[in-house]
Amino acid sequence: MNVQAWTYLIVTATFALYIGIAWWSRVRTTSGFYVAGRGVPAVANGMATGADWMSAASFISMAGLISFMGYTGTIYLMGWTGGYVLLALLLAPYLRKYGKFTTSEFVGDRYYSDAARLVAAACTIFVSFTYIAGQMRGVGVVFSRFLEVEVHWGVIIGVVIVFFYAVLGGMRGITYTQVAQYCVLIVAFLIPAAAISWKITGNPIPQLGFGGTVQEGQQAGVFLLEALDALHRELRLPEYTAAFVPGKKSMIDVTAIALALMVGTAGLPHVLVRFYTVRSARAARWSALWALVFIGLLYTTAPAVAAFARVNLISTLHNTSYSEVPEWFKSWETTGLISFDDQDGDGVIDMSDGANELTVDQDIMVLANPEIAELPAWVVALVAAGGLAAALSTAAGLLLVIASAISHDIGKSILWKDMSSRRELLLARVTASVAVVVAAYFGISPPGFVAQVVAFAFGLAASSFFPVLVLGIFTRTTTKEGAIAGMSSGILFTGAYIVYFRLIRPEATAEDWLFGISPEGIGAVGMLINFALALIVSRFTKPPPDEVQQLVSEIRLPRERAAES
Amino acid sequence: MAILLSIWFVSSYVLGIFLVEPLNGAQLGGFPLGFWFAHQGSIYVFIVLILVYAATMDRLDRRYGVD
Repeated sequence: MNVQAWTYLIVTATFALYIGIAWWSRVRTTSGFYVAGRGVPAVANGMATGADWMSAASFISMAGLISFMGYTGTIYLMGWTGGYVLLALLLAPYLRKYGKFTTSEFVGDRYYSDAARLVAAACTIFVSFTYIAGQMRGVGVVFSRFLEVEVHWGVIIGVVIVFFYAVLGGMRGITYTQVAQYCVLIVAFLIPAAAISWKITGNPIPQLGFGGTVQEGQQAGVFLLEALDALHRELRLPEYTAAFVPGKKSMIDVTAIALALMVGTAGLPHVLVRFYTVRSARAARWSALWALVFIGLLYTTAPAVAAFARVNLISTLHNTSYSEVPEWFKSWETTGLISFDDQDGDGVIDMSDGANELTVDQDIMVLANPEIAELPAWVVALVAAGGLAAALSTAAGLLLVIASAISHDIGKSILWKDMSSRRELLLARVTASVAVVVAAYFGISPPGFVAQVVAFAFGLAASSFFPVLVLGIFTRTTTKEGAIAGMSSGILFTGAYIVYFRLIRPEATAEDWLFGISPEGIGAVGMLINFALALIVSRFTKPPPDEVQQLVSEIRLPRERAAES
Repeated sequence: MAILLSIWFVSSYVLGIFLVEPLNGAQLGGFPLGFWFAHQGSIYVFIVLILVYAATMDRLDRRYGVD
């Protein structure tokens, strides 16, 4: 069987599985729709969080991005995992203890204000749409490459699948399909990674092979990373493991981006809501642990894949005559993800800095990896299914928070307080359907490439949610005026900075940036503005009512008592 | 919790970013040490931190009879 037949088979089988699970776990209550009836075991929730969280960007683009960035790729590695520490220690157990259905609901109740609720719901919708565009695009890319259909048809097929299980199954359907999707995506990521690690370093565990020695060729016996640094020197590029050298990001920028991504992770509504689905605060803590374990499995493998792919790419293509390039080069050339422009007309590929003739899209590093490592056709097909699982699971999680923000926070809590649960459930399904169509539109004509779009969603989440949630839990005196001022100024500042430097002046360089911080890292500054304004404004406004202060104390039990004793 | 958050800060920002250049002078197997922290070590530390926190809170919960 050829690659395409395998791909159709595996993708169809996984889709059938997702739909089957959705049918089995379909819901009839609002609690089932929003928070899966709060009966999800910690391990299952950890897996679901992993799939919810690991998007098309993590699966398809991240290893490739790291491969081009070398050391600097740590912004994604640390940035997208470190947030779970904040989530587990500062947010998840407390939000779960408070209960209810959404994060905006906590914000609305804690800050005793429908305006705060509305701002929070609007931030949720805005952040989630930014994020979902990237997922839909990822679905389209996978379909177009592996199944040879147009990107927009790929997006439409993806939308139909998500529509089916998100609208029908709500959070319960999403949770259990995400568990299945996690399994598909992790297997699809680890098999090629282990194979390529074994091939290059003789060690099938990528995390160890990464620090091992090269097995064959001129560099045999040399540590992989030393060999890679040597290849980079040969190409006159900065060394792979070197930090903050010219041509790489500065220390302050790396710090700001890592911080924005970490804090953004902890403030992402679709991640936070996953912790509402477990039984107790205790289960929320353990499922945060499981989530990071499951995520860490991919995140510690990805940098290894990045290094292997980089070595492979340079050693097979640099100084190779175009007529002798391997088979996979030709097949990916047709997708436009890799291209050779023979500037000096000698028919030989030159990758050195200044004379580079090869253009490579970062997505290729994961998608083409099995072909580069000469693995069997079914592994290639599995990678396609894995990419789809990663994108669809995240898209579904996002759709659900958009639907809950509209139907529950804006609809039930603000506009129609006496709406019956049946009508609310219907409204939730209708909004999910509308959101899916809007997401499809963004996926077909997206702003920028997948990982970057997603990186901005973090900045926006970091600068809006995280500060008001932390202050809401750990201070009794932050007022509604403080919270609203903080949230809206944080997200406006970050959004304006991103729009200014991405759309209005995309040619601007590091000298033009505020403190040398790029638009991806500006969420860290937005967050500080949010914290500062919320605290200052709270000092000058009327303190929150007693019952709110009481509520804050209760959420923090039994920590309070432990601290007093 | 303050201790855990300090370890979080040290393992990611101090070892992985601020001190990466001096640490890269040392080797951990085939890895420059600073690079290892940035690409691998910090993630392992994060997992251990949450584990310690979840276990500690379980003990506290039991001591005060919550849940």
